[in-house]
Amino acid sequence: MENIVIIGNGIAGVTAARHIRKLSDKKITIISAESEYFFSRTALMYVYMGHMKFEHTQPYENWFWKKNRIELLNAFVERVDHENKSLKLKSGTSVSYDKLIIATGSKPNKFGWPGQDLKGVQGLYSKQDLEQLEKNAPNQEVCKRAVIVGGGLIGIEMAEMLRSRKIPVTFLVRENSFWNGVLPKGESQLINEHILDHHIDLRLETNLEEIISDENGHAKAIRTDKGDIIECSVVGLTAGVSPNIDFLKDSGIELGRGVKVNRLLETNIKDIYAIGDCAEQHEGIGNRRPIEAVWYTGRMMGETLAQTLCGNPTEYKPGHWFNSAKFLDIEYQTYGWVFSERSKQDHEEHFHWRHAKENICLTIAIHKDTRQFLGINTFGIRMRHEIFDRWLTENKNIEFVIEHLKDANFDPEFFKAYEQEIVSQFNSTYNTNISVKKKSWKRIFSKA
Amino acid sequence: MKIIQKIGLIIFLTGLAVFTAVPLLGTFKLDQNSFDSIVAEKNIKSEVFIADINQNVVGKEFSGMQGLSPLVANALDNANETHVKNKEYDKKIYTSSSDMATLIGKKSGTGFIANNKGIMWFLTFGLAIIGALMYILPNAILLGKKGIKNDGVYHESATNKGWIAWMVFIFLVSFYLVLYFASEYAVNWTFIVDPISESLSGNPAGHWFVYGFMYCVVMTVMAARMYIKYRHNVYQMVRTTSVLFFQIVFAFLIPEIMVRLQMPYYDFKNAFPLDYDFFFQWNLKSLLNSGGIGLFILVWGIVLTLIFVPVMVYFFGKRWYCSWVCGCGGLAETLGDPYRQHSSKSLFSWKVERWLIHGVLLFALVMTALTLYSFFAETGTVLGIKTSSIQNLYSLLIGSIFAGVIGTGFYPIFGNRVWCRFGCPLAAYLGFVQRFKSRFRITTNGGQCISCGNCSTYCEQGIDVRAYAQKGENIVRSSCVGCGVCSAVCPRGVLKLENGPEEGRINSTEVLLGNDVDLMELVNKK
Repeated sequence: MENIVIIGNGIAGVTAARHIRKLSDKKITIISAESEYFFSRTALMYVYMGHMKFEHTQPYENWFWKKNRIELLNAFVERVDHENKSLKLKSGTSVSYDKLIIATGSKPNKFGWPGQDLKGVQGLYSKQDLEQLEKNAPNQEVCKRAVIVGGGLIGIEMAEMLRSRKIPVTFLVRENSFWNGVLPKGESQLINEHILDHHIDLRLETNLEEIISDENGHAKAIRTDKGDIIECSVVGLTAGVSPNIDFLKDSGIELGRGVKVNRLLETNIKDIYAIGDCAEQHEGIGNRRPIEAVWYTGRMMGETLAQTLCGNPTEYKPGHWFNSAKFLDIEYQTYGWVFSERSKQDHEEHFHWRHAKENICLTIAIHKDTRQFLGINTFGIRMRHEIFDRWLTENKNIEFVIEHLKDANFDPEFFKAYEQEIVSQFNSTYNTNISVKKKSWKRIFSKA
Repeated sequence: MKIIQKIGLIIFLTGLAVFTAVPLLGTFKLDQNSFDSIVAEKNIKSEVFIADINQNVVGKEFSGMQGLSPLVANALDNANETHVKNKEYDKKIYTSSSDMATLIGKKSGTGFIANNKGIMWFLTFGLAIIGALMYILPNAILLGKKGIKNDGVYHESATNKGWIAWMVFIFLVSFYLVLYFASEYAVNWTFIVDPISESLSGNPAGHWFVYGFMYCVVMTVMAARMYIKYRHNVYQMVRTTSVLFFQIVFAFLIPEIMVRLQMPYYDFKNAFPLDYDFFFQWNLKSLLNSGGIGLFILVWGIVLTLIFVPVMVYFFGKRWYCSWVCGCGGLAETLGDPYRQHSSKSLFSWKVERWLIHGVLLFALVMTALTLYSFFAETGTVLGIKTSSIQNLYSLLIGSIFAGVIGTGFYPIFGNRVWCRFGCPLAAYLGFVQRFKSRFRITTNGGQCISCGNCSTYCEQGIDVRAYAQKGENIVRSSCVGCGVCSAVCPRGVLKLENGPEEGRINSTEVLLGNDVDLMELVNKK
């Protein structure tokens, strides 16, 4: 019986294990030092905010693993010895494997800031980070103010978490508008306003220079590149993540920023594979980045690799790009590619609509010359994944998309619909005369 | 704002304290005329009982039912014992001691409570309503921007099974025990709402009127909380308005007004088998003796269960009943909303649920079959089993203990849908229709799920919604009441309640949308 060992019990490793079990009878072991059972990292914020208990973040009940004969090993892997096909654990023992899957995820970036290892300074990624935050910032008495460094998705989540306990938050963002490396300016602006509405002290174009220590080695303030000193009890470092692969140095496995893999998710060493956040494609697939630290890509790599390991070699071929997030109260979804002003190409043109009062807007990317629909971002409107996936596959043009916008709406029943408004703005912008079609179940369900 | 809330809380607790103390207060004095009228009304033939009451109760003053009630119970027991010993079965009194004490209590209330109904109403209901609203309404501002407001649910004693939750549990359970098994202690409450009852039906209030009135008040106040909490979500607002409307108009006002018009008391939306005594002999007789309206109700009740309800479930799912119309659902969705996260999501609970709820349905159907057989064959027993003892067993175990004491009393501990999930025979019936022949489903939005678990945590029916969503599968479950909260709390816009074509409603998948098309086809093809 082939012995498969997976390092890391996140979404990538666990998905691979589940699918290998579905397809085969192989021996499966998952090693993790972070937690006993698989939990959803994306839900850690809700535990701190009191929406859930930690146990609610675990998608499978504890008996699941034994029933499916997936062995769980709570240990830290220190070294991979691929010549002997064995792993050396921190406890001193070793574990042998026939096939090894590296799915160790990410760790928060630290850019060598002075004071970055002081007490009270932390990232927000792991279960341990959550426990640390509960200690560092249980309430506004212990934590008088927190400074968050880095304007990405984790940064704004951390700000929301701390605000849920009424802790004053200062939010340092390097760019001149929140997440504008990814979002077009209209949307980025909407989020800037929303952050301020939530009484978060947003400081744009501001970098961290130094974290200042008190006499006990605890952070007591920070200094920005503008010379401001901000007193604080907690500093959140949320300037992105990078692959968690330090233990693989000198292992012989080819590394870049992550573990280098080909489209079959194989590393340079036979029988060793890497998936999830820690895997780095030799070249990005389509417009995707070589390293994709996204929940669903980890899952998809797990699904794909399980096929390969069970006798059906399958390349990792992610479909059309999509993603979603939530910025405080505003939900965000994206399908296809909508680039920010900073990174978009010449042929990409944007149609932007924003509601007069509510925090609702959308941006549609259009190919200037061919009128092809390239992608859509929505804020405060939910969209139907299946529909956009199909429209992208069929290379629909913008007029078609605008005309059938109602088919794509995924908001709950009775919600106010904005298609009329959007279409009339589109008509006046492009001098067209499109009228929006009624929603059709037939079209939604048609398998083209 | 915070200060207003604190004052509100104090006022509310004062009202609640007075309400809780009232059953043990008050003065009772039974005069001869009232007692004679009870004897005549109840056709009491036991001279032992009459003499006993005349000697020990009539003309005497008691403070609180706790003084009066034991004497009545004593007199009743002694009389019945004597008559059984002497084989004078025609003199035996079949009214329970609790009901007899209630009857006597209601006729003998004097003193402050019985004479100052308006003031007492203000000190109980009035204070509780004002206080609760002072506590709830400021949240429109305090909760900040509109959006999902579950911050601190698991940090607070009231919503995380802390001591407050246990106090609420004790209060609710005690309240239901009084209501079902010691109604004599509810007599003082009935005085307080007499004027309201008289203005509606023309009769003084019984303890069920107290319950009905209180039910409406609690739902209305807690609906205000729902409107504030979910003010970003039109589905929740419309749904809350709907349950409130059906409770106040259909369950409360119409039946009372029908009584005033000499018609039978009937809640037009209460469908069999939830309305388990619809086919009981006394009800059928009362309907058949009420002329045209009685006949109409009889036909309506049958059409409602056999045609109207399932057809509506086909088009809209069982939510149209369970979370838009039903009174039990209405209370669960208003008073129970703060406790929705306590339903167990384990596979074990799901197994228990299926055995229990279908068991209750079977019980209700067998009981009704026996009842109807007895009715048409004009016999009291079927195969040696007394129909009435089966009915009494159902009323006690299911009607009172399960639906009332456990169903609502256990809100703060087991969540707000214990009855609807584990016990309601109508829900079991609608569940079959929803599962096998309906257009309703909760659509999962392709591959957007991040397995966070908000949906499962806040599902009041204990459905592990995430288990489906993270596989890209639609949720088609017989127990789903379509409250829409899973969709509301989802941070990624993954879930949508909708009615669509039956084809493709159940879409079991192995690999989710967003993957390479070839892989999806390969794996999902079955």
